[in-house]
Parts: sequence; C-alpha cells; structure tokens
Amino acid sequence: MSLGGKTEELPLIAFEAEMKRYVYINDNESSHELYCDNRISNRKYTVLNFLPKNLWEQFSRFMNQYFLLIACLQLWSLITPVNPASTWGPLIFIFAVSASKEAWDDYNRYLSDKKANEKLVWVVRQGIRKHIQAQDIHVGNIVWLRENDEVPCDLVLIGTSDPQGLCSVETSALDGETDLKTRVIPTACMGIDFELLHKIKGAIECPKPDKDIRRFDANLRLFPPFIDNDVCPLTIKNTILQSCYLRNTEWACGVAIYTGNETKLGMSRGIPEPKLTAMDAMIDKLTGAIFVFQIVVVMVLGIAGNVWKDTEARKQWYVLYPLEGPWYELLVIPLRFELLCSIMIPISIKVSLDLVKSLYAKFIDWDSEMIDYETGIPSHATNTAISEDLGQVEYIMTDKTGTLTENRMIFRRCCISGVFYGNESGDALKDTRLLNAVAGSSPDVVQFLTVMAICNTVIPMKSKTGAILYKAQSQDEDALVNAAAQLHMAYVNKNANILEIRFNSSVIKYEVLETLEFTSDRKRMSVVVKDCQSGKIVLLSKGADEAILPYAYAGQQTRTFIEAVEQYGQLGLRTLCLAWRELTEDEYQEWSLMFKEASSTLVDREWRIAEVCQRLEHDFEVLGVTAIEDRLQDGVPETIETLRKAGINFWMLTGDKQNTAIQIALSCNFISPEPKGQLLLIDGKTEDEVCRSLERVLLTMRITSSEPK
Amino acid sequence: MADMNRERHRTRETAFYLFTQQSLPACKPVLTPGWVVEIVDRYDTECVPEAFRIDKISYIQDDSIPKNCSRFMKVHKYMKAPIYIYYQLDNYYQNHRRYVKSRSDKQLLHGQKYHDTSSCQPVELNSGQPIVPCGLIAWSLFNDSFTFIRERAELKVNRKNIAWKSDRDHKFGKNVHPFNFQNGTLIGGGKLNPKIPLSDQEDLIVWMRTSALPSFRKLYGRIEEDLDADDVIVVNLMNNYNTYSFGGKKKLVLSTSSWLGGKNDFLGHACVIIGSSSLILAIVFTLLHLKYRRPHGDTSYLPWNRKSLSG
Repeated sequence: MSLGGKTEELPLIAFEAEMKRYVYINDNESSHELYCDNRISNRKYTVLNFLPKNLWEQFSRFMNQYFLLIACLQLWSLITPVNPASTWGPLIFIFAVSASKEAWDDYNRYLSDKKANEKLVWVVRQGIRKHIQAQDIHVGNIVWLRENDEVPCDLVLIGTSDPQGLCSVETSALDGETDLKTRVIPTACMGIDFELLHKIKGAIECPKPDKDIRRFDANLRLFPPFIDNDVCPLTIKNTILQSCYLRNTEWACGVAIYTGNETKLGMSRGIPEPKLTAMDAMIDKLTGAIFVFQIVVVMVLGIAGNVWKDTEARKQWYVLYPLEGPWYELLVIPLRFELLCSIMIPISIKVSLDLVKSLYAKFIDWDSEMIDYETGIPSHATNTAISEDLGQVEYIMTDKTGTLTENRMIFRRCCISGVFYGNESGDALKDTRLLNAVAGSSPDVVQFLTVMAICNTVIPMKSKTGAILYKAQSQDEDALVNAAAQLHMAYVNKNANILEIRFNSSVIKYEVLETLEFTSDRKRMSVVVKDCQSGKIVLLSKGADEAILPYAYAGQQTRTFIEAVEQYGQLGLRTLCLAWRELTEDEYQEWSLMFKEASSTLVDREWRIAEVCQRLEHDFEVLGVTAIEDRLQDGVPETIETLRKAGINFWMLTGDKQNTAIQIALSCNFISPEPKGQLLLIDGKTEDEVCRSLERVLLTMRITSSEPK
Repeated sequence: MADMNRERHRTRETAFYLFTQQSLPACKPVLTPGWVVEIVDRYDTECVPEAFRIDKISYIQDDSIPKNCSRFMKVHKYMKAPIYIYYQLDNYYQNHRRYVKSRSDKQLLHGQKYHDTSSCQPVELNSGQPIVPCGLIAWSLFNDSFTFIRERAELKVNRKNIAWKSDRDHKFGKNVHPFNFQNGTLIGGGKLNPKIPLSDQEDLIVWMRTSALPSFRKLYGRIEEDLDADDVIVVNLMNNYNTYSFGGKKKLVLSTSSWLGGKNDFLGHACVIIGSSSLILAIVFTLLHLKYRRPHGDTSYLPWNRKSLSG
C-alpha cells in the first residue's frame, strides 16, 4: 500500500475481492478526476434522450403496445376499414399528454435538484474556509457544518464543538426516527486543535458506495505531523450521512467520502419507477384477456370469412373475383376483422383513467377539511398516478408514539421507595407530600431525583433570558429533566465531563466517567458518575421494568414496584424504573479497561459492548418508578372509530408493556370494551408458546362465533 | 251602458286576455295512421320455362332463348296515384368492398378527359380503350323491363325523375356519353344508348346509388293513375338479369307512399321487442329482490367482510 504518493494503483486484497476507495483528506489535486463531485441528479431524462426513453417506457405496457399495433395495421390500405388518421390522431394526442406530464415532473425534479445543488456550504480549500456551492464538493474535501445545517454529502467526522468529540444528528430523512443520534469523532482525531483541523492530512480507506446505512467499515490514517500513525478503525458512528441535520452542536466538520449519487442516500434512492396501482395491474390483465378473446373471435370469423369467400363469394359474378390472389390473400379477411374488433379495447380507456386519476389527486389537494390548523398547509398529492389505491386500503398499521400520540411527554406520577405520589391529583408535581419531601431533603427522594436529572444525554443551554433550555435526544429525557428541575433538582450546566446540579440552592458537581448508551436489546441506559465532593463512584441506571427489576439485589422488596408498574400500566402511562449502585474504585477501573477494549474492537463491537455492560449492570438498588403520560392527538379516537366502521382493519405497533398498550388501545377506540368486544391475547416467548396461545384464541373465536347472537 | 259593452268587447279580443283565458286559436293535429298499400310479386322462379327449371343458369346466360314473361297482379285495395314501381333484389351484395370501390366519380362527371380510372379495376379498359362509365357497378346494370296493362289498355309509366335531383345535376355529367360500354366478352348487365348523356340515363343513376343491405328496392317508375280494388294488372316483363348463379331473388313491387315513406315494419317490431324484454327484466329483478333481500348500507356484503363471514 503506498500512501503519501499519488499513484492510482489499487492494491489487491487477499481475503475479500472488494475493490476499495481511497480518500485523501484535504488533498486538492488528486481526487478531482477519480470520483464524481457532489452533483445530485434525480432526473430520469436528459433533453436528448427524453423522447426515445419516454416512448420506450410508455410502450412497455401491454395496452399501449396493442394500440400501436392496431394503428400500424391501419396504415395498410387494403385492409383498413377506416381512415388511419382516426386512430393515429387520438394515439398521438394521448402519448403527447403522458409525455408532457412526465416532462413536467422531471422538470420539477430538475429544479429541486438545482436548488439543492446550489446551496452554499463551507469547505476548506487550501487551508482556508470558502463558501462554495454544494455541487462543487469533491471527495476528500473538509466540509464545515453549523448547527441545524443539512449535511450535503456523506462525511467522516473529524471534529466537533463538543470537547469530547460528540455531536447529535437527526436522521429522520433517512430512516424516519425522530430521536437524535450521537456521533463521535474517531480516536485518532481526539484533541486536535481547531486551527489544525484546517490543515489535517491523511487517508481513508473505505468500501465502494453501497446503500447500507447501518454499516460502515473503514479505517483512517493521519499523516505526519499528526501523532498516531497507525490505522484507526471507523464505524458508522463516526459518519454523518447526507440529508441528516446537525442538532444541538455548535459546529462540526468532516471529510467527504461519498458524494453526489454515490452517497448512501443516493444509492438507495434508485431510479424513480412509474408506479402502478392495483387497478392498473387488473386492467392490464383484463386487457390481455380481452385481447385473447378478440384473437379467438378474429380467427373464427377469419376462417368463416375465407371459407365463405371461396364458396359463396365466387358465385357473385358481379364482383369479378380474380381466381388467384397474392400470397397474403388469406390474411386479409382476418386482419380486417381484427381492425373491426379493435374497439373491444377502446383507446379512450387510457385517457379516461389518466384524467380521472388526476382529478382524484386534485380533489385531495382541494379538500378544505384536510388543512392543518396550526400551520395552514393544505394536503398535497405528489404522485397523481396512484390515487385510487387509497380507496382500496384494507389494513392500516400504525406506530403509537408520535403517530397516535402527540409525542409530548409529561411527567405525571412516581413511586419512590414504596410511596405513591400523584395518585390523588393525577400530577406528582403538585403533590404536597412530594414537595415536602423535597424540601426536607429526604434521602430516598433526593437519590431518585438525582438519577432523574443526571442519567441521560441531555445538554443544558443557557438562553438569552437566563432560563435554562434542555437539548435532549428524546422527549422522554426532556420530560424527566424538566420535571426534576421543577422539583428543585435542576441540571444547570455541563462543562467537559462535569455536570452541575443545583438542589435547593446548593450546587453539586458530578463527573461523568462513562455513558452506557441505551440499546433496544438491553432496554436500559446507565451512567457511571463520580461525585466530586465525596469521590464516590456510582452507577445510575434507567430503563424498562423488565430490564431493571429482575437485577435488583437479592433481598430487596420489589413487590411495591411491580404493583406500581401494573397500576401505571392500567392508566396507560409509560413507566421507567430508576436504580443505582455504588462502585468501588477497583471494580470500576477493571471494568473500564474491559469497556475501552470492547469499544475499540473491530469485530462484533455491539455484542462485545453489550456483554461488558451486562457485567456492570446488576445488583441494583431500585429507587423508584416514574410514569410519563403521552397524550393522544386530537381526533384520534373519532378517526379510528370511523375507519373501523368503514371496514378497514387496524394494527398498532408499540414497544410498550402489554397493559399500557391495551389501555391506550381502549382509549382510542381501537378495541371495544367488554361486553361489546372481546380481548384475545396471543403472546409467548418461544415459538411453541405462541403456537399454543394462537390455538387457544382460535378455539375461543370458533366457540363465540357459533353461539347465536 | 253600450260604451261599457264595447269596452269589454275590445279587451276581450286582446291577445293577453285570450292567453289568460286559454281561448287562443290553436291547432291540434290528430295523427291518423297512414295506410300504405303494397303488392309484391316474386317472378324469377316462375318466369323460367318448365324445360329449363333444372339448369336456370344456362337458361339465363343463353341469349337465343326468349325471356318474355307475363305476370298477373291483383289489386286488393284502392291505390291512390302516384303508385311507385320498384324492383327488389335479395341476396345481392351491392355493399361488397370490391364492388363499391369499383367506380370513378370523376369520370362520371368529366368523361374521357379524366384519365386516372384505376379504381375501376377490373372493368377499366377494353381492348386498350377506356370504358365510360367504368367500374363494376355500371357494368352490372339491371336490365329487366316491365310494361303494365289494365283491361287491355296500357298504363302509362313515368320513367323520368326517378333518380335523385342532386345526382342528376352534380354527379353525372351533361356532356358525358357512354363509350365502349359492354363491348367485351363478358356482358354484365344492360346496355346504354351512347346518344343520351349520362345525366339523363336515370336507370344508370338509380343503379349506381349502391345500397347498404343485400336486400334492396330500386325505383323503376311511377304510375300516375289510380288503381281500384279488384283490378287485375297484367305485367309483361323481360327476365334478363342473372340472379340465379348466387341464389338471389327478384321481385316486383307496386306501392303507394305516405309522408313517412313506404311500408316499414321496423318501428313496430322494435317497440314490441324492447317493451316486452323490459317487462320481463322488471319482473325478474322484482322476484330476485323479493327473494334475496339486502338492507341498504350493510357493510357485511363488502368483499373483505364477506370472506370473514364464510371462513
């Protein structure tokens, strides 16, 4: 492997035959010719190839091929019963209309591409920051992003405003998740000075462009004068992909590795295919069937016609038939019948369908009852060709959080060490007993609130008015931190690794040693913090009840907590258990080494980290249970009721506990309460259990449906 | 008092008064069904002499055999003049594609000055000379002729003005004369007098208006006298035209006419058939509705719900 030189030879790799890509960071000359620039092109056609390509596409449908065949047959004057213009006229008109619609759509795509391409971004060229258009970004350029900027191409992060090298991105355009994700700079880039970032040089070896947004296996090597001249591995957590937004971070910079249509987003986009609805497919099939029928009719009539001509017609002396015709004489009568029967598939079907579909789409746009009250934006149908599929919907599958619910979490109740707060008024923040306990610094309550305030990835910001705003990655964390602040345990500042909590006018500092992030397998998250005053190391954990309560230390009474979870589930609230454990210095050091090792392995990193986390997260002292309310959006119960009356089946997908999910379903008219509706549960942890559960349910259904109503 | 009467009398005659009192003069047409009297006589089978009944084709194609024939037509009802004489041909496909194409309208108007008569194939040239009028339609001109005698006095048949006026004036030339017509080996139909211009050859003009259906009538002439009931008309006809090769029929029709035209049963048949089929369908649907009642707006009949009911 020759780095530092500008050769283009790609070395052979023994174990995988994948060709790789070499990106030279901040190198002005070499990458121009090798890789494409960042011009995004979503267009299907160019000006030259529009007509042939569009006609080719239109004629790939069977119905259009049929019309073309009939029109061509009508050019043969011997067999045509009508003037060929009567078929060519409408045909040309229809294809012109379709072609112009496609041209209009393509032109709009071109305009939006232009807008995206000409957006201005900051790029480092020759050591200084320049403002250039997004399409001029080349592979290897260093791109500088500000907060809330959209990322113009795939970048490997090399620096952020956060001293630990973290930044948060919103990836909702890629995968639809609204929670923010953290990205971190690679270890080789830790601690590099702000000014030096403009002059950094190195090489990144990365795979060919693909569309997998969860994997990125590459490595990075920085050139002298930077230290660490060995290879540093890169994962997807070191990259920011195109179309994400930078959030909660003042600035970040990265090296462009994939640009233009070779970014992960570009590779997964593909060519926009014309979509066909279920009705279009059905019409194609019917047209095929009618055509076959037509052929049969034509053959029968053709044979009859030829036979009649040879027997009867020759007797008609006044027609003076020639005795021998040309070789195609036999084909003439069947083809004439074919042209006469060609109206079985009318050409107006295509025009009518296109017109009607466009009208449907327009009706959706003009519907005055589908305007968003807050923003005043009316609904807009972007694809006019598939509008009738809306009327054939049989199943709706909906996510609960954020779709049925408002995704604005509010802290409602809690249970601390067996004491229930908030049960009478419904709001724990107004519960006088809790406020008294806080004022009196009851140790259980203080511990509980500490965990609420610290065990998260929230960053507090001081706004201009002096109030504190929390930048959280998810609504849950935001709700908990705000609730803690209202209970006088305010999280005021985060500086490097030091957190500041203000409690009842005294300031406590904690140093964050390690953050064990939330994964959906473990269902919990933890932080290891060191109290700056006392020097104690504690592990704070927060998670689902089935991830915390089973790991409570032997002897702790978890019965009240289980009851609390049940009760809150009945009310439809989201529950979280909070726990903590004190760690000794040795235990922590030993574990920390294991954790660092697991974090930097190249193979199976997630699994190793999960394993290491498991070693620490046990023997908890469970402090309490929080309950958060996620209200349903306006009009959800009525909407679901109406849809179910129309015969559409509903499926709700959620990660909540069963009880919570059932309660929510009851409250949004999803399930009818007994005795009108009957709840049937199918659950199990193994395949056999699920099978047995299913059979029981089927039996119940058979019994109830055979009962007289 | 007299003034007031006069006053009233004058207002009584104003249009407004008459209108409001609904005593405007009005015309109320009372439709009476028009009667059309029609006599039809098929003569092509019986006009062949006994000896030739087995081989009619060779009879008709042999010029030496005389083709005269006498028919008797009895008038069963009083027929008012003018009485139209038609000849009706059945199973004769004047609408055949090759036949209909085989004419040259430009040549009919301009005569030999017009040279491009290729559409008249195969009857375009004869021994190198152009044929006027060319084409199969003119070549197969109908040539049976009829004379009518009542009580030994011949009935005067008016053979003028039997073709359409527009045809006579604009489609057939006044200076165009038949030339080289029916001169070939194969004679199709009647001959034309080369001295009379085409616009006066009314038989040809009538024949060249090709009919749309294989069974058609063409006007032969008019009788300008009334015919009484029980009159016997003797028809002396020349049975020249060959309809025997293809199993066609020839009929002679005498018919009066009304403002709606001649006898046509189509409307009557159509009304009866549509009415009775509608009645039958109404009865069938009523019975179906009574047997399989379906409440309005019941969603259990939707196809996706019906599956769950049955399965």
